[in-house]
Amino acid sequence: MQAELLEIRQHMGQFPPFDQLSDDLLDELAGQVEVGYFQADTDIYRHDDVVEHLHYIRSGAIDLYRRNGDLYNRLSEGDIFGQFDLLRDQRVRFPARAIEDTLIYFIPHAMFRRLCELDENFADFVEVERPRLEATVDQQRKGHEMLVTKVRKLASRAPVMVESDATVQEAAQHMGEHNASSVLVLAAPQADDDSHAFTLDDGRSRRMVGILTDHDLRNRVLAEGLPASTQVGQLIDDRPITIQSDESVYEAMLRMLRNNIHHLPVLYRRRPIGVLHLSDIVRHETNSSLYLVDNIFRQPNVEALAALKGDVQAAFVRMVNEGDNSQMVGSSLSSIGRSFTRRLLELAEEELGPPPVPYCFMALGSMARNEQSIVTDQDNALVLDDRFDPEQHDAYFLTLAQRVSDGLAACGYSYCKGDVMATNSRWRQPLRVWQQYFSDWIDNPNAERLLHSSIFFDLDSVHGEEAFAERLQDLVAERASQRPRFLAAMARNALNRTPPLGFFRTFVMEKDGKQNNTINLKRRGTAPLVDLIRVHALACGSRAQNSFERLEDIAKTRLLAGHSGERLRYALEFIAMVRIRHQVIDIQEEREPDNDIEPENVSDRERHNLKDAFQVLSNAQKFLKFRYPMPSQKR
Amino acid sequence: MMAMDMETTGLDEQRHAIVSIGLVPFDLRRIRMAQRRYWIVRPPRPLSERSITFHHITHTEIEQAPDLDEILDELLEAMAGHVMVVHYRHIERTFLNAAVKARRGEGIHFPVIDTMSLEARLHRQPLWARFRRWMGRPPASIRLPDSRTRYGLPPYQAHHALIDALATAELLQAQVAHHYRPDTPLSEVWN
Repeated sequence: MQAELLEIRQHMGQFPPFDQLSDDLLDELAGQVEVGYFQADTDIYRHDDVVEHLHYIRSGAIDLYRRNGDLYNRLSEGDIFGQFDLLRDQRVRFPARAIEDTLIYFIPHAMFRRLCELDENFADFVEVERPRLEATVDQQRKGHEMLVTKVRKLASRAPVMVESDATVQEAAQHMGEHNASSVLVLAAPQADDDSHAFTLDDGRSRRMVGILTDHDLRNRVLAEGLPASTQVGQLIDDRPITIQSDESVYEAMLRMLRNNIHHLPVLYRRRPIGVLHLSDIVRHETNSSLYLVDNIFRQPNVEALAALKGDVQAAFVRMVNEGDNSQMVGSSLSSIGRSFTRRLLELAEEELGPPPVPYCFMALGSMARNEQSIVTDQDNALVLDDRFDPEQHDAYFLTLAQRVSDGLAACGYSYCKGDVMATNSRWRQPLRVWQQYFSDWIDNPNAERLLHSSIFFDLDSVHGEEAFAERLQDLVAERASQRPRFLAAMARNALNRTPPLGFFRTFVMEKDGKQNNTINLKRRGTAPLVDLIRVHALACGSRAQNSFERLEDIAKTRLLAGHSGERLRYALEFIAMVRIRHQVIDIQEEREPDNDIEPENVSDRERHNLKDAFQVLSNAQKFLKFRYPMPSQKR
Repeated sequence: MMAMDMETTGLDEQRHAIVSIGLVPFDLRRIRMAQRRYWIVRPPRPLSERSITFHHITHTEIEQAPDLDEILDELLEAMAGHVMVVHYRHIERTFLNAAVKARRGEGIHFPVIDTMSLEARLHRQPLWARFRRWMGRPPASIRLPDSRTRYGLPPYQAHHALIDALATAELLQAQVAHHYRPDTPLSEVWN
């Protein structure tokens, strides 16, 4: 390495996308840069100038503007700009102006193209919006649990083993006793230095010669008409395919699929320590929160349930650390929340006796969408049978609602500040009243009703008469899509919360150039995304509650052009995941988790991706306004 | 224009010698690193006993380097047609003149833009600072790194001829941007 270039390459090498370039490419790049100085408040380039370089900010800060003069982005040390124009027609789309004294490294177009060709990561990074986000989200998915978890975690039961001279009947008896679907077959080692030999607990030396499964007993013994006295060894032809205990679950699954087998002996060195069945992997995949859910249903009272609060956080941290995506985390936390609710209802019914008329306890908002986070309050309501008579029955349901609401609060689901809870008599009504509410909200929207619509139209049954909730879901799906005025009003409402522009140093950059110290990622990211997805979902009559499922329904229509739906999915997944990861950090550092993130805790890469995701949201909001115009009042 | 910087074994051109030379061509818009030139040369006098340490250059490199004479034509060719830009002209101009004279019999004289004297001009020095300068010590406040800081230029690791040449070129761009116009006549800035 030439020392004279060290100054340049060391600086560039710290910042994405250059931080992942090979040393050779980085050296080559450092030798090619041109340098230029710009005094504060001078133009770097203007609209329609020809761009011949990728610009790298060595020091200082710059603003990029839109054609109409709005701020597009504010960048500082280590950031790049001009890549969009280089990839298009080289005409400047966003003029750049130095806002501080700024030193720019210019990377020639030819070098830029070379980097794009030779380095996939670089190419992904400089491409606009979707590909960069997409690549990141996909990469996160690859980091999934299955790649991390070791096989030994799943193979916890000692294997059932028989000698090769045992009869198939003995083997079958053995399997029956241990309730196993396979048995490992052992024989004496072929020689003293048999490389497959291992020592049994009783000191005998053995080698594993095969595996016999339920399947073999059926197809190779019974179907072939072999006698029960057939020796097991006769049925074994090959040494079985095995896996080492420290390999990943992912590898185990691949091996089973590749060899078309369902049983995989797990070895610690040469010694079998268990047999992995394909179903173990399937169970493991869905297992993380199941244990906790099971535990919730065993608790005898509210105090014992509240004591599980720590377990919920621990399960959350584990899921995230094992690489679950936001959908998996969201649905796991939602099922945990439902389980608490259901158990509290069971406990209340045990005490209060059976309900006088059937009821459906509904979850609203994030729990209904299966998108619950660790920071959440309770939104719920009661739909009662139409035979409900307030005089006779309401005392029972009020007490029931109070039990659940207080219990949930004790378990960490704080009371709803907007009083959207079944304890509120307005939200404890028979089905026909609910149907009337919903119809009124859709037919004659006003500010309050729109707010209600955005809360109550994400609804799902938690306990009781599911049919009541389904009736309401049907009503919304059928009616809302037919009411342009309602959709237009919902669309406007979905624009109340907007994303920021991005980050600048340790600040959050607002579109008007203001800088803030923190950002609430729910209010400024996930919530507005969920809101706008809901509008499209209502328009296409989707019955789905989950935002990702709603996007799938929307994709079947022509409501969104091209890749817009895909982009929204990636943006939601990414923002949700950043929010979740920051909550994990809060928990690990023993702070109360919240939805705020501080820019200094956001890595360079996260910044770029978040900026892209905010841009996707911002564009989608603009489109929403245009897609659902307010119908003219004239008939 | 061509920014130039040298590393030398000391400050006296009669007793000390050049060890490295860095050149970076530039104009007021761009500094062209791709056309940079850099030489390490072996001083004719053996390095003094108090082992002189150089940043970024090993003694082996110096021992294996050619004499200035071998690269002189190349150097002069690279300089030809350019206005040289240095920070503190008394080093570069004096040392190069002495070295050429010793090898080719006659010296070399060339005009330079000295970013340090531009800086001195811009920041009128109080009396004590002029006294310090009279004593032969350049006032601290117009040294390269300090001057750069005033224009918001980043700190570079000093004492590498090429990095210092780059740093000098950046400084001149900044000085012109702040205090002059691109069409300022050369006669106003050169020495």
